[in-house]
Amino acid sequence: MPLLNTLPDYVLTTKTDELLNWMRKSSIWYMLFGLACCAIELMHTGGPRADLDRFGAVPRASARQSDLMIVAGTLTLKMALRTRLLYDQMPDPKYAIAMGSCASCGGLFQLAYSVCDGVDKILPVDVYVPGCPPRPEALTEGLLKLQEKIMTERWLVRSPNGKQVAAA
Amino acid sequence: MYINFGVPLALTIIGVGFVAIMVGLQRLLAPQNPYDRKLTPYECGEPPTGPAWINFNVRFYVIALIFVVFEVEVAFVYPIAAVYLDWVRSGRRIYALSEILIFLLILFVGLIYVWVKHDLEWIKKIPVED
Repeated sequence: MPLLNTLPDYVLTTKTDELLNWMRKSSIWYMLFGLACCAIELMHTGGPRADLDRFGAVPRASARQSDLMIVAGTLTLKMALRTRLLYDQMPDPKYAIAMGSCASCGGLFQLAYSVCDGVDKILPVDVYVPGCPPRPEALTEGLLKLQEKIMTERWLVRSPNGKQVAAA
Repeated sequence: MYINFGVPLALTIIGVGFVAIMVGLQRLLAPQNPYDRKLTPYECGEPPTGPAWINFNVRFYVIALIFVVFEVEVAFVYPIAAVYLDWVRSGRRIYALSEILIFLLILFVGLIYVWVKHDLEWIKKIPVED
């Protein structure tokens, strides 16, 4: 019986929430999801110079082990179905970053017949990282923004801002 | 005498208790939200079709093994052909030529082997002993 959104606003429960958030933000495992040229910058971000690993973010090859989906690149309509399925297969709690102009709004290929204009058409996006492509520093900034967002979440405390686990 | 069993007993209690606390905390704190699409088999995003346990022709195994022979051959011969002229100019013609010929000879022996064993034919003829 999970305790989510059931407990009143006591010091113990809020501190437990902060502890949970701190643990979650310190081990964001992101899924390798490079769709286009942004994937090169995504690799650089995981590489030794930008080094996402120092924030506890390590790449995972499977959606089953991931907390974060970094959609890096142009999302075509054909890939959009797969992307939504992969997002569905990630375990809760899950987050998504739209990396680059194409993933945010379609970007350069906005008027193309085969391109989905933004990944937020098919799944909830937490952080948008602008750029074409964004530098590794920009993606790191996006991850830090996501960590700030994770720290504001409420899990055990019953509140209107409580984290609602996304329904099917 | 029984005091000697104290340490294993304590370790057993600690071990079982540790696992119980961890699994129990997970049950209490983790969000549980299973739904149909989440429980589908992970196929790198492709919608899975059909059962995974299908019969697979065992002859594809031999085909894959033979494929490795030709693939390695192509992968090594093409780069050497590309730089062969440079090697000739730098006076290493005999060295490069003999090395690639030895390599091709080894692979050719493998090709002869599968040929003799009738593995190049899809319907394999097994020689009948008299």
